[in-house]
Amino acid sequence: KEITLALPEEAFELYHLDNGPDLDFKLTKQQLLDMYREMVVIRRMEMAADALYKAKEIRGFCHLSTGQEAIAVGIESAINKEDTVITSYRCHGFAYMRGASVASIIGELLGKANGCSKGKGGSMHIYTPNFFGGNGIVGAQVPLGLGLGFAHKYRNEKSACFTLYGDGAANQGQVFEAYNMAKLWDVPVVFACENNKYGMGTAASRASALTDYYKRGQYIPGLKINGMDVLSCYMGSVFAKNWCISGKGPLVLEYETYRYGGHSMSDPGTTYRTRDEIKQMRSHHDPINGLKARLLDLEVATEQEIKSVDKEARAFVESEIDVAHKAEFPKATPEVLFEDVYLKGNEIPMLRGRIPSENFYFK
Amino acid sequence: ATVTVRDAINQGLAEEMDANDKVFVMGEEVGQYQGAYKVTRGLLDRFGPQRVIDSPITEMGFTGLCVGAAMAGLTPVCEFMTFNFAMQAIDQIVNSAAKSHYMSGGVLSANIVFRGPNGFASGVAAQHSQDYAPWYGSIPGLKVVSPYSAEDAKGLIKAAIRDPNPVVMLENELMYGESFAVGEDFHSSDFVVPIGKAKVEIPGTDVTLISHSYQLRHCFAAAKILKEQYNISAEVLNLRSIKPLDVPAIVESIKKTNRAVVVESAFPGFGLGSEICAQVSESEAWDYLDAPISRVTGAEVPTPYYKELEDMSFPNADVVVRAARQVLYHEDA
Repeated sequence: KEITLALPEEAFELYHLDNGPDLDFKLTKQQLLDMYREMVVIRRMEMAADALYKAKEIRGFCHLSTGQEAIAVGIESAINKEDTVITSYRCHGFAYMRGASVASIIGELLGKANGCSKGKGGSMHIYTPNFFGGNGIVGAQVPLGLGLGFAHKYRNEKSACFTLYGDGAANQGQVFEAYNMAKLWDVPVVFACENNKYGMGTAASRASALTDYYKRGQYIPGLKINGMDVLSCYMGSVFAKNWCISGKGPLVLEYETYRYGGHSMSDPGTTYRTRDEIKQMRSHHDPINGLKARLLDLEVATEQEIKSVDKEARAFVESEIDVAHKAEFPKATPEVLFEDVYLKGNEIPMLRGRIPSENFYFK
Repeated sequence: ATVTVRDAINQGLAEEMDANDKVFVMGEEVGQYQGAYKVTRGLLDRFGPQRVIDSPITEMGFTGLCVGAAMAGLTPVCEFMTFNFAMQAIDQIVNSAAKSHYMSGGVLSANIVFRGPNGFASGVAAQHSQDYAPWYGSIPGLKVVSPYSAEDAKGLIKAAIRDPNPVVMLENELMYGESFAVGEDFHSSDFVVPIGKAKVEIPGTDVTLISHSYQLRHCFAAAKILKEQYNISAEVLNLRSIKPLDVPAIVESIKKTNRAVVVESAFPGFGLGSEICAQVSESEAWDYLDAPISRVTGAEVPTPYYKELEDMSFPNADVVVRAARQVLYHEDA
């Protein structure tokens, strides 16, 4: 049975668009509960990563999306497996929504052989079919996403690429190069800016001359979406995908969101914003609580049903983490170290080790 | 009949585009203008604007686009008007194309060719005359080829397109118009030069001249002078590939001649010559050397414009002759 839903006018702001996404739409109870569950799974997974990092089981950089879950869930609910997605290093939620198991994501963070990248990529480099990472250089994924969209067009596919980047990356020159080519050639690419208000420790207004990121495509229409509401993210993403596959070329989206934690695990996230601001966002704009309140309000689900989803999701993540914990580390052998520098069967004859006696020869 | 390097690359591109509809060409002026150096001449008419795409002058953007398209399973040939401009895009070549297969544990790959003129060019000063072989040659995940002749050019562009790894093909502007005799098999669509194999262009017994691309001309001229004026038999080795470097071929030649000179146009520091010296010193060929290997390189200056200063900055036959005579301990060299 379908449930009639309505979004407020302020869910979207339009730039050079005659019409925005539909405000009235229908979803089934199951679809709504799935969205809720997936947000809880991502939240739990990120919280687990936070704890594992603090326990020193995760090395290096680790960027969490706590607070931003509605975007990954909203987009995936709006697209299909033939569409492509690429993002920055804040990638765990997207990887999960694209089909990577929690065990393989956490496994990658732990450097395990069961990780998405066999323990060779870590937190920033996670891939799964039609999800192209997980990219560590700020903004570099934007032209790559343009190329993924270009490939859809080249093959006459009715698909689009969602290319995500943050408000910090939005100022990279290559983003504007990508805008230009996307519009010039009507490439089905959605430039999706996750504006979480801070590029590392710099407030958006201190780095961007125009903080309306949905307007920064200039000659590309744009749409601002309430990124703290999964249903707005869903409908905005449906609109964007339809825009692209109908041959209208690119669209610039801005999901206005908020990250609860620091930029990465090494940033406490409290020196450049007030604790009150974070508290305010958590208590009044949380995407998980927001959907829960709506489900209760519309009497789609009972408190009890939602609690059981919470409980199931929590147990699910815990069991997946258990799988990751029990997984083997990669074997520290030359065969593993030198594997995948080149494609199998097309290697160069020798890769040098630290000293000549460690040189590795391919047969 | 002879074939120019330009036509050889063109022929190789056209054959691979015929054979595989995933192959497309993108770059500045590759289409309507027929290529800044006419390497892509006729391809737009033959394959259409879907597959021969004029890009804006935005190297980082269109290189990233090509890498993304490669990750999605297409086979882009990404042309740079010169490799000097690829510096704008080197992050996409190194961080996106070269490393993704490894970082993803083998999930992603990028069957892509980056190509264009590289190295010494006449009278164009510092920002348009630089040899990037050592830059790309140092990156795990890339293969790097550098053709000299028409056969090299056609065979290597085809091998590069067919190789599932990202390949950088360093051409030279001054070689595009040069004509070469070609073998009968050249015009076959199966004509491929394997990546990683050097070619002995002239066999010799007294000293090995190791080089690639345009600088080989100086080696040939030097070999002639060495023979005629000093009765020295120089072996000339055409590397063809920078990565992988055909170290076994270098070792084999040095075991025969016991002396070697590397000739390149890049800056001397941390370069191809330095690498070959290091590789040889780690190999069995070390025991066969009768003199330290000599390096003939570009001078350690940004390329000057004025001709006589430019002449002092790059190898020529006389310098190669001097270097060869020095490793033979000619006291007047």
